[in-house]
Amino acid sequence: MKNITAVFLKQIKETFRNKTILIQFLMFPVMVIIMENAIKLENMPEHFFVKLFAVMFVGMAPLTCMSAIISEEKEKNTLRALMMSNVKPFEYLLGVGAYVFIMCIIGAVVFAVCGGYEGKDLLEFMVIMGAGILLSSLTGAVIGVFSKNQMSATSITIPVMMIFSFLPMLSMFNESIEKVARITYSQQMSILINGIGNAGIKPESIIIIAVNFVVASILFTLAFRKKGLE
Amino acid sequence: MENAISINGITKSFGEKKVLDDINLDVKKGEILGLLGPSGAGKTTLIKILTGQLSAENGKSVINGINSQKFSGDDYRNFGIMMDNFGVYDRLSCFENLKIFARIYGIKNDKINEALESVGLSDAKKTPAQNLSKGMKSRLRLARVFMINPDILFLDEPTSGLDPATADEIQKMIQKEKEKGKTIFLTTHTMTEAEKLCDNVALLSDGKIVEYGNPKEICRRYNHQKKLKIHLTDGTEKEIPHDENSAEIISELIKSGRAETIHTTEPDLETVFMELTGKELTA
Ligand SMILES: Nc1ncnc2c1ncn2[C@@H]1O[C@H](COP(=O)(O)OP(=O)(O)OP(=O)(O)O)[C@@H](O)[C@H]1O
Ligand SMILES: [Mg+2]
Repeated sequence: MKNITAVFLKQIKETFRNKTILIQFLMFPVMVIIMENAIKLENMPEHFFVKLFAVMFVGMAPLTCMSAIISEEKEKNTLRALMMSNVKPFEYLLGVGAYVFIMCIIGAVVFAVCGGYEGKDLLEFMVIMGAGILLSSLTGAVIGVFSKNQMSATSITIPVMMIFSFLPMLSMFNESIEKVARITYSQQMSILINGIGNAGIKPESIIIIAVNFVVASILFTLAFRKKGLE
Repeated sequence: MENAISINGITKSFGEKKVLDDINLDVKKGEILGLLGPSGAGKTTLIKILTGQLSAENGKSVINGINSQKFSGDDYRNFGIMMDNFGVYDRLSCFENLKIFARIYGIKNDKINEALESVGLSDAKKTPAQNLSKGMKSRLRLARVFMINPDILFLDEPTSGLDPATADEIQKMIQKEKEKGKTIFLTTHTMTEAEKLCDNVALLSDGKIVEYGNPKEICRRYNHQKKLKIHLTDGTEKEIPHDENSAEIISELIKSGRAETIHTTEPDLETVFMELTGKELTA
């Protein structure tokens, strides 16, 4: 626990001075506050931007941050120093993961407030966001563990992040894209969030998200077996 | 005296290439051992094996009574490791960098300050590591090892790439740790450092230890030429064989007031290394 705390506290201090990471946490929450208040079009669905940006935020921030943090520590050999101080890989990943998760949950709260969710709807929204953030963090960890430096991490992160954060938006305009996008957790999140308060939760969504989770966990295990945290 | 480190028949290959070939070496408690060798000799590889970061193909190394391949948990408390490539957190200050490890090891803040003081970084306590010079970063990495206060220190090229004055300061810090009774295993490719600092050196070339012993003794052992060099008052130099006749020649020169200084022509480690391997020590 002491090691996890050490990594967690280190991460708070470190990322506070890391603009590229900080911007990931802030960009969508700030954008949603602005857009929700500034743009009011006729026929626009209620809280359109909250629903759109919430999914993009989840697809982007946790994934990018996890992979950037892990790969930077590998590149700069700070991770080595931690490992040689008997910090176990799972302690490191939990420390960093907890940090990213909490930061993103704070972001999710901003979305929840802007979306005006209350009571059961609020709970539903936060659970959906929480699950998405967890999955996205796990995906980012897979990339971070797999890459040996920041460059290679970025080159994998960008396409993966595009898929998860942009497909749900593109799906609104194109049905064939929607069909493909359905297999991603982020599209299912989008469906679930749009259904809060009316459509209810379809088992299909839960199953797809669960399958995404299993796939990410398998990929993580494979990447970790192959590379460890070297 | 008990050995702090004992290495028995360590062998390691990367693919076809044999990087370490049957290494045997003992380091006594409280001793500074210098592993000396050119770039690519296998110094870092050996430290990695000794500290359990890498497994050996053959052989066994025992540190403080524990097999290095079986280190776990608290064993890491008993030794400090500074690898030549260990990083520091650029965005964090010196103090914050050490604080991470202080939390891990359960060390109080005053010990952090003490460690920074001991490496002369007190004034840079709040400076982000990215603004430190290369030498200061090395000192920060050393401070991390000193702070943990382990019995055994593994230092992989603690002074490489530093200017002579900074290197000298770091050597003094290492010397101080020895005076506290620590055992130090360090690698270097500067022989002056080894001569100055180490109780014993092991010369490593192509994965084999080609010579081992006290640096001065090694040099004496390789003093085949046995000559004396005399600087004369007229500015010239005279070399005479070091044998039964040398006393006479010297006393002659001294009596006539022509001898200024007299030296033996012992080779330095660099020369010994050249003789043994046909290779330069410094890359
Ligand atoms: N992980 C690895 N895979 C393959 N070869 C390696 C690996 N690590 C080291 N080597 C090779 O082993 C040899 C010894 O490397 P090592 O880093 O131990 O040398 P060194 O004595 O520390 O050199 P330097 O003074 O440059 O630090 C080199 O030829 C190197 O290329
Ligand atoms: Mg090396």
